Amino acid sequence: MASDELAIRIRDLVVGFGGPHVVIDHLSLDIRKGEILGLVGASGGGKSVLMRSLIGLLPKRSGAIEFPQAANGGGIRRGVLFQQGALFSALNARQNVQFPLREAARLSPALLDEVANAKLQMVGLSAADGDKFPSELSGGMTKRVALARALALDPPLLFLDEPTSGLDPIAAGEFDTLIKTLQATLGFTVFMITHDLNSLAAICNRVAALADGRIAALGPLPSVLESDHPWVRAYFHGARAQMLHLEA
Amino acid sequence: MTDTPTLQAAAGDPRVLAPGGAWTVANVEVLERLCRDAQQQTPRAIDLSGVTAIDTVGAWLFEKLARHGAGPVEASFVGVPESYSGLLREVRELNRQTPAIGRARSFAKWFDEHARSLTDDVASFLDMLGALGLALLRTLRHPTSFRFIPTVYQLGRVGWQAIPIMALITFLIGAIIAQQGIFHFRKFGADSYVVDLVAILVLREIGVLIVAIMVAGRSGSAYTAELGSMKMREEVDALVTMGVDPISVLVLPRVAALVIALPILTFLGSMAALYGGGLVAWLYGGMSPVIFISRLREAVSVNSFEVGMWKAPFMALVIGVVAACEGFRVKGSAESLGLQTTSSVVKSIFLVIVLDGLFAIFFAAIGM
Repeated sequence: MASDELAIRIRDLVVGFGGPHVVIDHLSLDIRKGEILGLVGASGGGKSVLMRSLIGLLPKRSGAIEFPQAANGGGIRRGVLFQQGALFSALNARQNVQFPLREAARLSPALLDEVANAKLQMVGLSAADGDKFPSELSGGMTKRVALARALALDPPLLFLDEPTSGLDPIAAGEFDTLIKTLQATLGFTVFMITHDLNSLAAICNRVAALADGRIAALGPLPSVLESDHPWVRAYFHGARAQMLHLEA
Repeated sequence: MTDTPTLQAAAGDPRVLAPGGAWTVANVEVLERLCRDAQQQTPRAIDLSGVTAIDTVGAWLFEKLARHGAGPVEASFVGVPESYSGLLREVRELNRQTPAIGRARSFAKWFDEHARSLTDDVASFLDMLGALGLALLRTLRHPTSFRFIPTVYQLGRVGWQAIPIMALITFLIGAIIAQQGIFHFRKFGADSYVVDLVAILVLREIGVLIVAIMVAGRSGSAYTAELGSMKMREEVDALVTMGVDPISVLVLPRVAALVIALPILTFLGSMAALYGGGLVAWLYGGMSPVIFISRLREAVSVNSFEVGMWKAPFMALVIGVVAACEGFRVKGSAESLGLQTTSSVVKSIFLVIVLDGLFAIFFAAIGM
């Protein structure tokens, strides 16, 4: 699916919070249109900071973030799946999915319900689940509703923050498959933060390893595994990782 | 990408629909109109070769047109652009079973729900009162288990820190009553009865009522919010798993602090109200403080004062129990926390006023 066209072009990006210390240090990265890029990095190493600055939630200190697909002047449409789902607790699942649609366009109430039900079914839920409130949803269902909400407007770009964290291995595997299937169907580009080595192996076209505020290794998983960078070696060849390789 | 969408029958075959343009959510208003206009048609096929862009909304509208068409047989899609084939295959499966979305609710159901919630309220109030009573008995049997430091801490919060605002408000209320009394009594030359008005009203009713309502709004709401967020973060469950009774640890110190604080605040508030009344009588009504105090001695017996003070701890108990009840009813969401906090304040103010009415009947009956 991945083409040579770019979805995001990051050049010399610097992000920091007050003081001389920077979290993202002159980072450059190209994200290709239609690929699933997995970002790994140490806890507290700036993965979320990078993603938040790409989304525009954090200001950058210098450098450039470009979205070549974006219409002139306007920002790019993107969906974001937050780690805890970030569903609006005052709205039920269907209303959560309808919210972006309601804001962006004027759909008739009947069509709004139909489209929201369709989205819920696309993420593997039933239309009846739409009546449930976020407090009544299990962890896996919360992630699915949040994914349906992120995809409500068919964005060309999707950001996922640890989509499989907090899910059991079976649910995580199903969620990976879901992302892969939807990506094949709708053709969006995915930028995902993950610690799940299975996800990296199963669905990511390329893997980027973030260390010391820069991209330490980039490429398909096998080539990243060959990297000489000490942190990347430690990450992928630690005991926990070895266990996964043994099983595989 | 903003190509205007169109929907027409194909040139050669009137039973083939040939849409064109961008069928995306951005054009949804036009799309819905086009589909409404095309409702009479029963297409055999939909030729998508002229469409420049499709998203889920557009694909779903095509699917609706297709299902609507051709009677028993659904229309097929032809000329599907390669990049959208997956999406169009996907929508063929969607919304096959339409669930009943329960929107309309009958009056009977509404009434039933509210009647149930009323009985639930009463039951949970009595439940909490009973649990509190049990916790109190346990504490009396083992006095060392009483959480002394949290109680003192809560007393500081709901008592000591509340004094300035309570005193200010009751002072103003006393002053306003005196001003109104003087203004109207003066017409009958009965200025001096303003002392009776202020003293009896403040000591018997207004002093304790205003303070109780203020405490319900200030401390009852805080209790509900605290206990509710502890419930949300599973702190209450953590206490239970450690074999600790949450009522003894969380509720008893809070309610005890309220029961101690409210009479004190009532006393201070009543004094502040009398002071405000006296000040207005002096500055506005020209009644010297000496006369005010001597009239005060004649006007009120210690009975009036006792009546006011007796009510205070019971009102505190009601406020505390309602706040704890509502706090423990909080469920997972932020909205639920807000809802229960509101309901805690509304219910405790309501019950405080009802209780005041019951006390009025009771004291009248025993001649106080």
